[in-house]
Amino acid sequence: MAELRALVAVKRVIDFAVKIRVKPDKSGVVTDGVKHSMNPFCEIAVEEAVRLKEKKLVKEVIAVSCGPAQCQETIRTALAMGADRGIHVEVPAAQAESLGPLQVARVLAKLAEKEKVDLLFLGKQAIDDDCNQTGQMTAGLLDWPQGTFASQVTLEGDKIKVEREIDGGLETIRLKLPSVVTADLRLNEPRYATLPNIMKAKKKKIEVMKPGDLGVDLTSKISVISVEEPPQRLAGVKVETTEDLVAKLKEVGRI
Amino acid sequence: MSPSVGRHLLRLGTRSSQSTVLLRQHRPTSAQRLYASEAAQAVVDKPETLSSYASTREKTAKAESKSFAVGIFKGRLTTDQVFPYPSVLNQEQTQFLKELVGPVGRFFEEVNDPAKNDSLEQVEETTLQGLKELGAFGLQVPSELGGLGLCNTQYARLAEIVGMHDLGVSVILGAHQSIGFKGILLFGTKAQKEKYLPKVASGKTLGGLGPHHLLIASFFHSNGGIADVFTVFAKTPIKDAATGAVKEKITAFVVERSFGGVTHGLPEKKMGIKASNTAEVYFDGVKVPAENVLGEVGGGFKVAVNILNNGRFGMAATLAGTMKAIIAKAVDHATNRTQFGDKIHNYGMIQEKLARMAILQYVTESMAYMLSANMDQGFTDFQIEAAISKIFGSEAAWKVTDECIQIMGGMGFMKEPGVERVLRDIRIFRIFEGTNDILRLFVALQGCMDKGKELSGLGNALKNPLGNVGLLIGEAGKQLRRRTGIGSGLSLSGVVHPELSRSGELTVQALEEFATVVEAKLIKHKKAIVSELLTPTLIYLIDEQFLLHRLADGAIDLYAMVVVLSRASRSLSEGHPEAQHEKMLCDSWCIEAAARIRENMANLQSSPQQQLFRNFKSISKAMVESGGLVTSNPLRI
Repeated sequence: MAELRALVAVKRVIDFAVKIRVKPDKSGVVTDGVKHSMNPFCEIAVEEAVRLKEKKLVKEVIAVSCGPAQCQETIRTALAMGADRGIHVEVPAAQAESLGPLQVARVLAKLAEKEKVDLLFLGKQAIDDDCNQTGQMTAGLLDWPQGTFASQVTLEGDKIKVEREIDGGLETIRLKLPSVVTADLRLNEPRYATLPNIMKAKKKKIEVMKPGDLGVDLTSKISVISVEEPPQRLAGVKVETTEDLVAKLKEVGRI
Repeated sequence: MSPSVGRHLLRLGTRSSQSTVLLRQHRPTSAQRLYASEAAQAVVDKPETLSSYASTREKTAKAESKSFAVGIFKGRLTTDQVFPYPSVLNQEQTQFLKELVGPVGRFFEEVNDPAKNDSLEQVEETTLQGLKELGAFGLQVPSELGGLGLCNTQYARLAEIVGMHDLGVSVILGAHQSIGFKGILLFGTKAQKEKYLPKVASGKTLGGLGPHHLLIASFFHSNGGIADVFTVFAKTPIKDAATGAVKEKITAFVVERSFGGVTHGLPEKKMGIKASNTAEVYFDGVKVPAENVLGEVGGGFKVAVNILNNGRFGMAATLAGTMKAIIAKAVDHATNRTQFGDKIHNYGMIQEKLARMAILQYVTESMAYMLSANMDQGFTDFQIEAAISKIFGSEAAWKVTDECIQIMGGMGFMKEPGVERVLRDIRIFRIFEGTNDILRLFVALQGCMDKGKELSGLGNALKNPLGNVGLLIGEAGKQLRRRTGIGSGLSLSGVVHPELSRSGELTVQALEEFATVVEAKLIKHKKAIVSELLTPTLIYLIDEQFLLHRLADGAIDLYAMVVVLSRASRSLSEGHPEAQHEKMLCDSWCIEAAARIRENMANLQSSPQQQLFRNFKSISKAMVESGGLVTSNPLRI
């Protein structure tokens, strides 16, 4: 009988299919009225935790998200996928803009200790900021071992074997629990939330708390100066012969 | 302002605020919410005898109808169901619906392959399984029995998504739950619901609807080859308790394929919705247990009418979704295609096409959601509006898809972009669930029904109609003006947003023109029209169909005007970012609809038009005698 418990952190981000527009005042991107969904890597993390539960290796899966009220939609999706209960660390919308990996890591570290979990799953990075830091920072704060960019996860008693995708290829490591694992693309293919499961998820509990309740200070030392669109791609120039090509390249200083 | 006009405006003002109050009272909390099933139950519970359909209608007509469409035939502006644009979902329902939209959309984008389903002429097995797991087969079955317990408005939103992607799947799901087992939802006993609903909700058992008067076989039966549970309508001999005479009346049954004697033919090859199975179903000596009677013995016609009525909003919602997707394709093409030196969306002809497509979609969508909301609010008199939404939606979708192909040019005609498939799929929507022609006759006749009875007050004049026609028309006009105050006492001001007041005026004028002609025509044809309504199978007037067709078109245009006025008003009041765009759509529709109504009504009173009808009749007769065209080519060779 498994006694292991898992915490999965999920982030609400702008849906990958949306065409991003920068706000005219360059303070950020337009989020009002724009379709949001769960970060794809977080979905993979939830899926892995739920699969472990289905294999009866994990007893309870808790989904957590930090942010404004709408985060509850994302937690509900995790519940519909099979998580048992949710925790919403509520941060008012204005403050949420300055939430970065360090702040979230502090929250997650406190929660992992409070809930006494054995495993903390996250997506490797969020598709809005591409930071790829939260999992690593949380492990550092907790002084837990970490297995990042996981493409395969195997529980072995009180240890966990993680196969990681790294630049050179695949690296397999063995970690003592409790540990942090961040999910990469090929770890699994997340299930579709079915409508009956969404309905059942309505009955699952979401606990709402404030960062202050966890004793976490959310002040950020980073401020965003400006957000701009990438420069427009300039039109190319056609040339007739190879000699022309070489001449042109010399002209623009490329050779 | 004359006192009587003032009084009328005041009365209208009071009425609209009363109806707003009514609507607020109707706004459902989970305790008070009346599902369509319960609303229909309310209709069923009314004390009924086995007498003719007409007397049933009489009883319900005595309670003043809240239907807008019924009102316009009498020259009344009944705003209860149409203003303000209803909003029926509570917080919880809205939240739940938001959670459902994503997964359903994703499933259709990533898993379902409409092109594959079309070429296989059936839904891929994995997709069908996925749909069952998704929960798509029991959207409106109560959650205790394994379904999702969605109200009509929530169902409409999901139907939109299916319509956007795959009409074949839409028909399979619709034939299953919108009509196939709707009867059990609306009229089933507790035992019947508990027995069948869990099975059909999971999709383990598929439902189908049988015809209402063919005992032995059913032609063109959706899901006929694959359904296991059928709602079947058959003639049964009923003994009249009072007279002892035995009459044949229709009774509805729940028939299981497992009862034995149910066979089906090969799937029909069709123009479109190929993924949907259509087959002849034969019921030969099927033993149906007594507890499988649905509703009352002999009350089958009412069951059938209620089922169809209840399911119609689904079609408008589905087609609103289809049009949305098609319009996106058209706009994408127009935006990117360069021809004759410019992007084609800069050309007036293309601009007109796109604008008209958007207007048609806006009207259909507005009708669909108003209808579903009215049903959720517990209103029971919406049959004319339901029929109108079906007629409008199916014809709008055909025009929109056809125009999309035109905008796309040759590409539109090719298989790859998928628009030709949608056009093929759409064609059936003007035919099944009541052909648009029959439904037009229904709209006109049903609308005239109450009015016809009112006019029986003019009985004496009718005894000498020829001598008194002029008097009667004058009388009718006077009555109309008296009832509505001097000039145009009817008004939508106070109900419609001030920015839409011009369109509101156009609507009221159109209503008056419409009602005046209705009254005049009814005085002329009253006996014939009303006596036709007494027959339960609604055998329609042969000679008067030219008139009824145009009356129906007028009613459709009027309902459409009011529906967009209502929706655009709400958007303007709530300050939506798209409100100004909606105002343009609304105003444009009203300008053209008002002109159409004026022309139609004027035509109905004109002699050249009467000659035209006589010509049509003669031409058609000659063609029948000829067995085709009467004329040969100009060469006479």
